[in-house]
Amino acid sequence: MSDTVVEKQKEEIRSGLKTKEILVNMGPQHPSTHGVLRLVLELDGETVVKCTPYVGYLHRGTEKLCEHRTYLNALPLSDRLDYIVSMANNVGYVLAVERLFGIEAPPRAKFIRTIVSEMARISGHLLWLATHALDIGAMTVFLYAFREREWILDLFEQLSGARLTTSYPRIGGVRNDVTEEFLDSLYEFTEEFPKRIEEYETLIDQNRIWLQRTKGIGVISAEEAINWGLTGPVLRGSGVPYDVRRFAPYDAYEWVDFDVPIGKNGDVYDRYRVRMEELRQSNRIIRQCIERMPKGPIMTPDAPKFTLPPKDRVMSDMESLIHHFVLVTKGPIAAPEGEIYSAIEAPKGELGFYIVSDGTGRPYRLRLRSPSFVHASVLPRLCEGHLVADVIANIGTIDIVLGECDR
Amino acid sequence: MEPLQIAGLLKERFSEDVKEIREFRNQVSVIVKRDNILKIIRFLKEEPEIQMDFLKDLTAVDYLGKKVPRFEVVYHLYSIKFRHMIRIKAEVPEEDPVIDTVVPIYRGADWHERECYDMFGITFRGHPDLRRILLPEDWEGHPLRKDYPLEGYKGERDWRGFREVLELSRRNRRYDWYGEAQ
Amino acid sequence: MGLIIDTAVDLVEVEKGIKIIPGANTIITTLDKIINWGRASSLWPVTFGLACCSIEMMTTGSSHYDLDRFGIIFRGSPRQADFMIVAGTVTKKMAPIVRRVYDQMPEPRYVIAMGSCACSGGIYNTYSVVQGCDSFLPVDVYVPGCPPRPEALMYGILKLQEKIKKERMRWSPFR
Repeated sequence: MSDTVVEKQKEEIRSGLKTKEILVNMGPQHPSTHGVLRLVLELDGETVVKCTPYVGYLHRGTEKLCEHRTYLNALPLSDRLDYIVSMANNVGYVLAVERLFGIEAPPRAKFIRTIVSEMARISGHLLWLATHALDIGAMTVFLYAFREREWILDLFEQLSGARLTTSYPRIGGVRNDVTEEFLDSLYEFTEEFPKRIEEYETLIDQNRIWLQRTKGIGVISAEEAINWGLTGPVLRGSGVPYDVRRFAPYDAYEWVDFDVPIGKNGDVYDRYRVRMEELRQSNRIIRQCIERMPKGPIMTPDAPKFTLPPKDRVMSDMESLIHHFVLVTKGPIAAPEGEIYSAIEAPKGELGFYIVSDGTGRPYRLRLRSPSFVHASVLPRLCEGHLVADVIANIGTIDIVLGECDR
Repeated sequence: MEPLQIAGLLKERFSEDVKEIREFRNQVSVIVKRDNILKIIRFLKEEPEIQMDFLKDLTAVDYLGKKVPRFEVVYHLYSIKFRHMIRIKAEVPEEDPVIDTVVPIYRGADWHERECYDMFGITFRGHPDLRRILLPEDWEGHPLRKDYPLEGYKGERDWRGFREVLELSRRNRRYDWYGEAQ
Repeated sequence: MGLIIDTAVDLVEVEKGIKIIPGANTIITTLDKIINWGRASSLWPVTFGLACCSIEMMTTGSSHYDLDRFGIIFRGSPRQADFMIVAGTVTKKMAPIVRRVYDQMPEPRYVIAMGSCACSGGIYNTYSVVQGCDSFLPVDVYVPGCPPRPEALMYGILKLQEKIKKERMRWSPFR
């Protein structure tokens, strides 16, 4: 290079290079497996100056569709909200409708629903661990976690017939009873599972790369988290012990004992530890439920106007036939007028259902308060001012599922 | 505190705004007028015995044909310290669907209000960035209103972006391997 | 060399008005077979998971139902991919992006519509869901189910391999 060119370059460096911010689109189609989330990042070098999330690429109109269906027909729609943990969504919807009608499931059904909710929690957290670790770079954890997840999906299939989008709970109980073999294989799973959790932890817990990429990233304080409306492990990682299973217990959670893990700093590493502890606690809850499972009916017998009667009664008894006919075609027309808000502790956070009923067999308005929608709104607050690589860690730690976010 | 007590306190303090108090299955709804909604929500947050610091949900309901202020914006407030919840419903008429925003009080209301605007057409005065969130930005109509059809509009009244995609695929069909026989 | 030029000059009349180069079939069909075998045995999809079916697609690709044994490696960029699995509900907001990714793939390219929502809209007959991605994409294989089991997806991919092996002269500029 000639002298004048080198001189010119030295002059430029001395006077300060002119830089411009670039706009990068992390499009709705990207290899990190979180679904169709679009982020528009304004970057100054490697630092994120502004981050705008765009959601709505999976908006399917679930709320409007539920207004045109009976309460029973809207159950499969609730499956596909947070499609990784469909049992938990089903339990939430069924609980909300039961509270609206003023009926209660029998104790055996409550224990069964608790068991499947906790199995769904384990399955959801395993998938979170697999994809979060895969995004940060640890691919072995992905393959190991999916191996356990296959076990749980096999158990779901044994119980309800479908692996992913089960529609197993019903208004007033569950659809069919659990068999002894199912409980035995589930018990074997709970004995083997804690060793597997240790296996995952040996892979990444003390790993220098993992610690550098997760400690001190995505910090949010407790008051800010409450103000933003965050729930679930994201809130508990910041030190607030809010858990719907403790604050407003439902199903069999009053009769089992478990701990609610909370974090200290509110960064990505603390939320990771909270979720790993929750895996152990879910294991504990399932073991206790299997040991204490009561005998009895699985569908409440004293709400004939709201629950489907058993099939042999339908074929022989006139009143059951009429109830069955009306329930299937028009829905529960004896539903009271009123409204209710009911929430459960889904694996991602607090999943709330606000149902307004006008006395017909169809809900007048069904509102789904999804945790992923609220968590996706806090992404700009977590990402701005940090590096691009931290954006990936933040998306993984808030654990969004776009089916739930966009409904 | 019991929810009915909180509703009673609210009625004492804002007697012209509170229209009705209803209870159903141990949950209390308070129907208010929309003008002083900011003061009501701030009172519920800062009063030391109530301290509703957590906004659980913000949504709207459309009562077309059933009652006259057509929309109702519903706020679910909760206190983590005292573990009590209340529901505030602010009535919004059809001719002038505007209400004050609560984003200065709860940051989490931001996206919930954008969704209400998108689905119902209710404008929030003072919102930092009110635009559509779940549907494309240039969509026409507000789907969750009762007079919007479930299956939407097809053909000419459909969204402009989708009509362009269909046109593009029709033009590119001559370059596909199986061509016009698709 | 001289043999081929000779037969190219002396065309053989098979029927009235139709003349062929004898023996050309053996070269072209063998070339077809080799090229089709190469394409079918190393199909590289572009990851296009949209909704619940993408979880089943991930499960099919992981260790229990391995897809790597079919030569399938998931590529991130459409420019390096052979085919696209549209897994999940296609909404009207997402449709231009699906079409753009499809247009960026180089020929020969194929599309598998996985799941009821991609095949025909599924249970969502609403204002914002496209009733089947075949309204704007040419689809080769439909895999129904909600979501389809991993074995069903593998069967769909094997059907696509059969379809590729039946193709004739897709390697030539003539049509």
